[in-house]
Amino acid sequence: MAEITDDTGTAPVPDEADKGAGSGSPSRRSLLGWGGAGLALGAAVTGGAVAVARSGDDAVPAASAGGAVAFHGKHQAGIATAVQDRLHFAAFDVKTDDREQFVQLLKDWTKAAARMTAGHQVGEGAFGGLAEAPPDDTGEALGLKPSRLTLTIGFGPGLFEKFDLADRRPEALVDLPKFPGDNLDRSRSGGDLCVQACADDPQVAVHAIRNLARIGFGKVAVRWSQLGFGKTSSTTPGAQTPRNLFGFKDGTRNVSGEDASALAKHVWVGEKDGPGWMAGGSYLVARRIRMNVETWDRTPLGEQEDIFGRDKGEGAPVGRAKEHDEPFLKAMKPDSHVRLAHPDTNDGATILRRGYSFTDGTDGLGRLDAGLFFLAYQRDVRTGFIPVQRTLSRSDTLNEYIQHVGSAVFAIPPGVRGKDDWWGRALFG
Amino acid sequence: MRPVRLPVATAIAAAAALTAVTGCTEKSDAKSGGNTVEVTATDDKCEVSKTKLSSGHVELAIENKGSKVTEVYLLFPDDRIVSERENIGPGTKQKLTAEVKSGSYQIACKPGMKGDGIRQKVTVSGGKAVKRDPRLDKAVADYRAYAQEQADATLPKVKLFTDAVREGDIEGAKKTYSNSRIGWERTEPVAESFGDIDPKVDLREDGLEEGQDLEKDWTGWHRLERALWKDKKIGEREKELATQLDKDLKDWQNRVGKAEITPTSMANGAKELLDEVATGKVTGEEERYSHTDLVDFKANVEGAEEAYGLLKAVASENDPALTKELDKQFAALDKLLDKYRQGGGKDSYTFTSYDKLDKADTKELADGVNALAEPLSKLAAAVVVKSK
Repeated sequence: MAEITDDTGTAPVPDEADKGAGSGSPSRRSLLGWGGAGLALGAAVTGGAVAVARSGDDAVPAASAGGAVAFHGKHQAGIATAVQDRLHFAAFDVKTDDREQFVQLLKDWTKAAARMTAGHQVGEGAFGGLAEAPPDDTGEALGLKPSRLTLTIGFGPGLFEKFDLADRRPEALVDLPKFPGDNLDRSRSGGDLCVQACADDPQVAVHAIRNLARIGFGKVAVRWSQLGFGKTSSTTPGAQTPRNLFGFKDGTRNVSGEDASALAKHVWVGEKDGPGWMAGGSYLVARRIRMNVETWDRTPLGEQEDIFGRDKGEGAPVGRAKEHDEPFLKAMKPDSHVRLAHPDTNDGATILRRGYSFTDGTDGLGRLDAGLFFLAYQRDVRTGFIPVQRTLSRSDTLNEYIQHVGSAVFAIPPGVRGKDDWWGRALFG
Repeated sequence: MRPVRLPVATAIAAAAALTAVTGCTEKSDAKSGGNTVEVTATDDKCEVSKTKLSSGHVELAIENKGSKVTEVYLLFPDDRIVSERENIGPGTKQKLTAEVKSGSYQIACKPGMKGDGIRQKVTVSGGKAVKRDPRLDKAVADYRAYAQEQADATLPKVKLFTDAVREGDIEGAKKTYSNSRIGWERTEPVAESFGDIDPKVDLREDGLEEGQDLEKDWTGWHRLERALWKDKKIGEREKELATQLDKDLKDWQNRVGKAEITPTSMANGAKELLDEVATGKVTGEEERYSHTDLVDFKANVEGAEEAYGLLKAVASENDPALTKELDKQFAALDKLLDKYRQGGGKDSYTFTSYDKLDKADTKELADGVNALAEPLSKLAAAVVVKSK
């Protein structure tokens, strides 16, 4: 499998301008798309800094926001945004065939998402309303800061079958082929819609999905969901590289959320890529990857390092001294993970990873039900995830220790541009 | 079925509905003006800042300065509840609002949430009395009649079942079991409001408390269900239990007429019926031996639909989008349940055995219940809130 560790998403070497951006210059920041209305467009937050700007009633001063990420922008937040610590990801089935009702749901969700990401309560709030009626907001995020909550919506292949949208389904949104070794559980796969909630506080992420699910009852139903912790990749190269549950640094060479040219090349759907409604969007592949941690933990250190192609302590590629040194692929074993996942092995295929570790207790046999909830964003699934995973699923020695048990793919529409815009307007509007 | 005490929500809702009013909204705070009574509760005192009020909207600003959790009631002279607030912890403040017409009332604090409480008389004068929509009075009367009909019709069906048990006829008892429960399941919140009958007749095995004996203390339908389907035998104890079930349900039949029923308790009762389905039926826990869960499920939905139907005229004026959605979701759930009807027309109460359903089937049912129960939870507000 895959992308458990770095290097699938090796970005081009940054040029000088990019380096400047990374070191904190505001020139390349998300200032890119400030709209006339004072909305932060293209507000992919960079460098871990909290940037927020809002207009009207929702205004939250950046200084006191406690980490609010701007909801509105050219692209949806939660992709290039510096990776938060926690995840609650939910996939939904559409239960209504009434297009108008579904569109209303998307509008209601957008409104609730804008409020929650700014740290506000949903609707009339969690208390103070009618004693006879349940409150609009479930209340468990009261008193908590926005915690850099981002909510990112995606549309699954099934959605295009409904509401007569088959002709608007992007070609790049392909059904994934069956990869060798896949052991997919239907009840943990697929979905007509998804919402990715990332936040630095797990309660904030859970609250967000719970409230969206509640608003959706009758129109959509949760098909499956996944909690994640311990980000396994970083989109901020300046920060310390996180480790996956195998103990290896993960995401050393991920696409940087600050590297606009790499994002444009590998992550964002371009104007000419088609269809038009996807411009500024992306494609998401989600895979639940079970890791057999017990057997891994019995594997000798040397073998572990050979399997990954990096050393465990520093994270340096084979034969190199430092984590960020350029990997010399030929020095690695031919079936090592990093070598197989590297763009040079896959015709340059590059994806942006935002995966999280998960542990759902134990499996009844005393084994940790744990692994990596792999999330990858790309401009085209056919040239992104698929070639990389083809290579990995065939040869990666890591496959002895992991198994893909859930799978889904979604088209991620562009960002919500302003107050009158809503998730999916370009598709349904 | 669950051995639950009278649901708090029902009591609160009941109170608000008696006076036909908006309950506690932030917006109404503004109007309260000088009609606020400060209530200071301690472990042995219930002090009020004034005892004369003007009719209309009143607010009780409660502070618990005692060491025990307390509750505060606004009561009519005959002890009927106008409004109440439970679980006011030591050191905390709560507000209780109500719409009152002129007359005598009492404010009661109940330290430890026990007993009759410490009482203060208050007088309300002036203004116009708030009148309840006569359609709601009719809805309550009709619902009471419905609950009574269900109880009346249930007893003979129960007797068919209990007779079979007394005769030692296992097959006959199995055949009449689920049918004997339909009337009860349709009106369960009414029975639950009595508090004591439900645990006697509808307790599940896991509802027993520690120290209670499974053979001695467990009575009612599900105990007999276990004997018939799991133990597959009828002994003397089962025959005694059959007679006990007749007796307990007779008690239910006699008391339905006296149950406290209000428009909001009807609305919240409808929602509670769906909650029953969501927690006990979709999991197959309720009828774990007979697997007749879908019969209970259907009866719960029918009972909810009856209460909703009686309230719909008023609710649709206040929140037309809500009633439209409820109509749709009731129809959808009914249609879904129809898929599992066995043999016979739409009046048949023979449903597929619940253990024959696969995970996808139960997921579909659970989704249908969520789709209905969420909007149904908004029905009480739509009945209470007066449109402008």
